[in-house]
Parts: sequence; C-alpha cells; structure tokens
Amino acid sequence: MDWGFIFTASVSYALGALTVAYCLAAIGLNLQFGYTGLLNFGQAAFLASAGYGMAVMVTTFELSFWVGITVGLLATLALALLLGLPTLRLRADYLAIVTIAAAEVVRLVVRSVKFKETLGGSDGLQQFANRFYELSPLSDGFGINFGPFLFSNQELWVMIVGWSLVALFSLITFLLARSPWGRILKGIREDEDAVRSLGKNVYWYKMQALMLGAMMAGFGGFIIGIFFNAVSPDIYATALTFAIYTILILGGAARVAGPILGAILFGFLFQFVNVTLSEAVNADYITFLDSSQTAQIRLVLVGAGLMLLMIYRPQGILGDRREIALDAR
Amino acid sequence: MPADSADTTDAADTTVAVGETTSRKEVATAALADVAREPGAAKPDPVLVADGIVRRFGGLTAVNVDHVEVQRGAITALIGPNGAGKTTFFNLLTGFDKPDDGTWSFNERPLNGVPPFRVARMGMVRTFQLTKVLSKLTVIENMRLGATGQRGERLFFGLIPPLWRSQERDITARADDLLARFNLDSKRAEFAGSLSGGQRKLLEMARALMVEPELVMLDEPMAGVNPALTQSLLGHVKDLREQGMTVLFVEHDMDMVRDISDWVIVMAQGAVIAEGPPLEVMSDQRVIDAYLGAHHDLSLAEVAAEEGIDAPELLGTHDSTPSPKDAS
Ligand SMILES: Nc1ncnc2c1ncn2[C@@H]1O[C@H](COP(=O)(O)OP(=O)(O)OP(=O)(O)O)[C@@H](O)[C@H]1O
Ligand SMILES: [Mg+2]
Repeated sequence: MDWGFIFTASVSYALGALTVAYCLAAIGLNLQFGYTGLLNFGQAAFLASAGYGMAVMVTTFELSFWVGITVGLLATLALALLLGLPTLRLRADYLAIVTIAAAEVVRLVVRSVKFKETLGGSDGLQQFANRFYELSPLSDGFGINFGPFLFSNQELWVMIVGWSLVALFSLITFLLARSPWGRILKGIREDEDAVRSLGKNVYWYKMQALMLGAMMAGFGGFIIGIFFNAVSPDIYATALTFAIYTILILGGAARVAGPILGAILFGFLFQFVNVTLSEAVNADYITFLDSSQTAQIRLVLVGAGLMLLMIYRPQGILGDRREIALDAR
Repeated sequence: MPADSADTTDAADTTVAVGETTSRKEVATAALADVAREPGAAKPDPVLVADGIVRRFGGLTAVNVDHVEVQRGAITALIGPNGAGKTTFFNLLTGFDKPDDGTWSFNERPLNGVPPFRVARMGMVRTFQLTKVLSKLTVIENMRLGATGQRGERLFFGLIPPLWRSQERDITARADDLLARFNLDSKRAEFAGSLSGGQRKLLEMARALMVEPELVMLDEPMAGVNPALTQSLLGHVKDLREQGMTVLFVEHDMDMVRDISDWVIVMAQGAVIAEGPPLEVMSDQRVIDAYLGAHHDLSLAEVAAEEGIDAPELLGTHDSTPSPKDAS
C-alpha cells in the first residue's frame, strides 16, 4: 500500500476541477436552500442547462465560445424562471417535487433520439472548450508539479478560473448575507407569512434567490463541461443534486465557507476511500472484492459517514449548534 | 420593485393636529359619540370599510360580515367567542386569505386581490394570533426587518454596504428605542427563537410598529403576557393612538377591552352582532346571548340564562367576576 500515493491522489482530487464545479453548485444551493429555505432538488438541471447551452452553441451551431457562455447562462436563468413562476407561490414541498421532476425531464429530453442532431443524444456533445484552453497563459507541456502534486496544464487552468469564481461568489454571498436583502431571505426561511406581513414581496425575493443560485450553479455546469471538453446527459442525473446537498450540509448550510469546506472534504473522502480500496484490492489485503466493485463500496461508505454526521453533528462542520437547539423548542 | 420607498406611510403626517388640551382619546370619544349603536354603523371618518365579506370553509360560513367601518384615530376592539371568525376576518382584510365574496377598502383604496405585502405597505399591518417570530434571526434583526423602504433590500444595493449603512443605523436606533419600550432591550442580541411565549408577542408587536403603520391590527396581543407588563403595554397601545395611529385589536380579556378601547365590535358565528362603546356593548343582550351560546356546556348556559344572571357580571364588567375568557 502506497500511502503517499493515496494521499496525493485524494488531495489532488479534492482541489481539482470537479470539486470546483461541485463547490460552485453548492454555493448556489446555499443561497437557495441554506439562506432562503427553498427546497430545490433540481440543481443538476441548472448545471445541465448551462453546460448544454454552451455546447450546443459551439459544437452544433459553430458559434463562438462566448456566445456559448452567454446562451448557457440565459438558458439557466430561463429555466429557473420557468420552474419558479408556478411553484414559488406554493408551499415549500411543491418546489421540491416540481424541481426533481423537471430535472429528470431536462435530462431525458436532452438524451432523447429526437433531438440527437442538436443535443447529441446519449453520447452528448464534445470539443467546444478549445477556445477556453487557448486563453490559458500556462505554457504547453505535460503539467506542473507542486511538491508531490501533479496537475495537467489544462486542469490547472480550469482550477485557476474555477477557484477564482468560487472566491467571487463566496464574496457575493458574504456581502448579501449581511445585507438587508439577505435578512429578508433568512426571514423567508423562518416564516414567509411573517415577512409578508411586514410589507416584503416574498415571491419576488424567492425568485431572485432561485435565479441567482441557479446562475452560480450554471458556472459549475460550465466547469464540468469544459474540464471533460464534453457534455453527456447522464452526468446531470439526480445523484449530482444529492451530492451537492451532501456537500452543503457537510460544510454547514447558511455559512459562507460551508460549500467550500464541504466540497473539499467531500472530494477528499470520496477519492480517499476509492483509492484506498483499490490499492488494498490490488495488494490482496482485501480478497472478497475485485477492483470493479470498489466504486460502489465507496458510495456505501460515504453514505454511512454522512448518516453518522447527521446524527452527531446535524448543523454540519461550520454550523451553529445553538441554531439547531432552537428547532427543539 | 421590492423595496419601494414611495409606499411608506408616515402615520404622524396624515392625522389632524390636536389642540394642546384635548387628547386624542377625547377626540375619538367625541367623534364616536353620535354613532348609532348597531351592527354596521357608519363612522364619521372611517379608515377601513368592509362590505359583504363572506368566507366559507366547506359547509361552514366562518365570516359573513354585511358592513363594518373602523374609525380613524380610535382604538377599536373586535371581540367574540372562540370560533367567531375574528382571526379569519383579519386574514381576509390583510390579504392572507381570499373571501368568497365582498369588497373592502383602506383609505378608500380598494383592497380586493391586493397581496398581503402591498396591504402592509399601504400602512395596514397585522400581527398573528399564533406568533410568528423569525427564530434564527436575532431580536434586533427581527426588528430591522420591519422597516420599509430599505435601500439595501435591493439585490445590487445590498452588495455595496456604504449604500445602506447610514440608513441601517437609523433603523437600528428606532428599533432599539422600541425594544426598550417593550422591555426587550436585554434580549437584543439573542435568537428570537429563545424568547418565551409572552416575549414573542411583545417582539411581534414591536416589529409591526417598525413598519410605521397607519392602522395596526393586533390579534390577541396580550395573550400570555404577564399582568404587570400588560399594564405598561396598555399604555403603549394608548400611546399609539396619541401618535395618530388607528388600532384594531382582538382580545378576550374584557378588562383590557374596557380599559383601552373607544369602540367595540362584537362578532359571533361570523357576523357582526353588536357595536358600541365598551360599557354599552357589554350590557347588550345580544352580546350576552352570543357568549352564552358559545358556551360548551349547554346545560350550564341554560341555567345561567334561566336564573337571569346579571349581564355585566357575566362579561366581567365587575372586577370581582371571572371574564368570559375563563368561561370559554
Ligand atoms: N383554514 C380553515 N379551514 C377550515 N375551517 C377554518 C379555517 N380557519 C378557520 N376555520 C373555522 O372558522 C371559524 C372561525 O375561526 P377563527 O380562527 O376566525 O376564530 P376566532 O374568532 O379567531 O377564534 P379565537 O378567539 O378562538 O381565536 C372556526 O369555526 C374555525 O374552525
Ligand atoms: Mg383567533
């Protein structure tokens, strides 16, 4: 067992492009669920609409990368508006039902045979991010070493842009959470009728939170697409949404740094379990599994760990225990 | 736009100046002196007028109010036995519930179909019988939320603190002032969810005042508040009238109703059955019947009626007798 390798592989993953994408999606969800209490179970659809908006423009219609980014964002905002208009007037659980269904509808439409010409069917679309990598100031070559960590030039460029976006969105969240605007969101989370009785247009604030959070998640969708230089429908399944919730709750909802800590920790644990298991199988320490089964086992272990977390630390790592105590009153 | 400062109402500006010697209580009493003592009586200067309001829940008609007017600048009590429809009527007037039929207006502006937040911005703010404090916000944040026309409540302004800091300071000063008046200043930095039931009532009332309403509608403001504090709160409510606000409140405590209200409206089974100054209403035969009719123990009601128990006694007009709250 090469513990050094296991450790570096896990850390690389925890700082890598996919973690960044999950982190961006969790920052958006934090605004919607953490601060406003909107049970949005369709976050994957917002990543998909952004990723596909970009990919379709560049690959199918051969337009520029920037048109792709713009259309991706507009598609995400339009989807948020479409989902929010009928549901945000209703009770919180309706939004959950509608968003989870809508996310599946989006995924099934995207992978349908009927739209294969434009959307690529189940194979998805490829080769739309080349312009992004041309913008990279990093020289060509295999990659760059940071001590024991090795990142490819391409991934490093995605990471630089991605973590900058994380910093920017966290700053926005920080400022908004302390503003009168954020105060209204937190009020809505606690009791929206009380906020209404004080003259605030609750519906409109919920819409703003949904759309802003969807847009931030959309950037996560771009990052995933750009990193693989491909989009395919099954990346954006409901499991992605649950991973994002896990990250948010692990780090601590309604905390600015919650999604960041959650994403890094989640990425690390996920990869650590994965690599450790496959190393152990390869070294014949574990004989009752073969290497193809380790990917499933890590999901079981991560799930079990999260259950323990929920039981013993329901407020997440950065959460405030006093707030949880209030619920028991 | 969510934070529209144009709708903010300054109650003090909209009222007539009073002479130095006459208090607003005397003004209100004088204005109501000639009003007919009957359900739906017309008032000289109504701020709120409701017509033909009907709300049914399945087969039950919870509210069926033909006509009612609320006099500006007065304290009006809305009383009635449990289930009379008082809270439902409040919900309908403030847009939290939709009537099956009827029209109503505030300052002559029709309120049909107006959403609750707009009703509040027009200057008509209500509290809830089951208190709605925002548990995971601190007491002072609860208070700040009440202020209207906040610049920082717009998304892009909220991002830039210098644009709203000074306004926030003014709001905080006003909030601290109210908290002190309501004996909550020591709880300022605590989560509202950690307050006791009575303290929550106080916070909700203080928060409603942050909106600077023209008409305050309080649903059982004193339920669960201890007697010593009730006295000082009664003072505050009277004070609201002196500041030019109109108060409409639901209360079961007849001592309080008698003490502070200028006018009493009585509801029973959804309809307004009597109106008048407190002492007159409490000796009205229809009112006594309504309270007795609502009594769960029918045989006792019959006995009481047969034995002809003195009306003022039943309604607690004499301090020595129990109030109907204890009976219902
Ligand atoms: N949402 C609802 N669905 C069905 N029935 C309702 C609903 N809300 C109120 N009611 C019924 O309408 C009637 C009036 O209720 P309401 O709460 O207005 O009474 P109230 O006068 O405020 O009584 P209390 O003094 O006990 O607060 C009651 O019979 C109640 O059961
Ligand atoms: Mg009630």
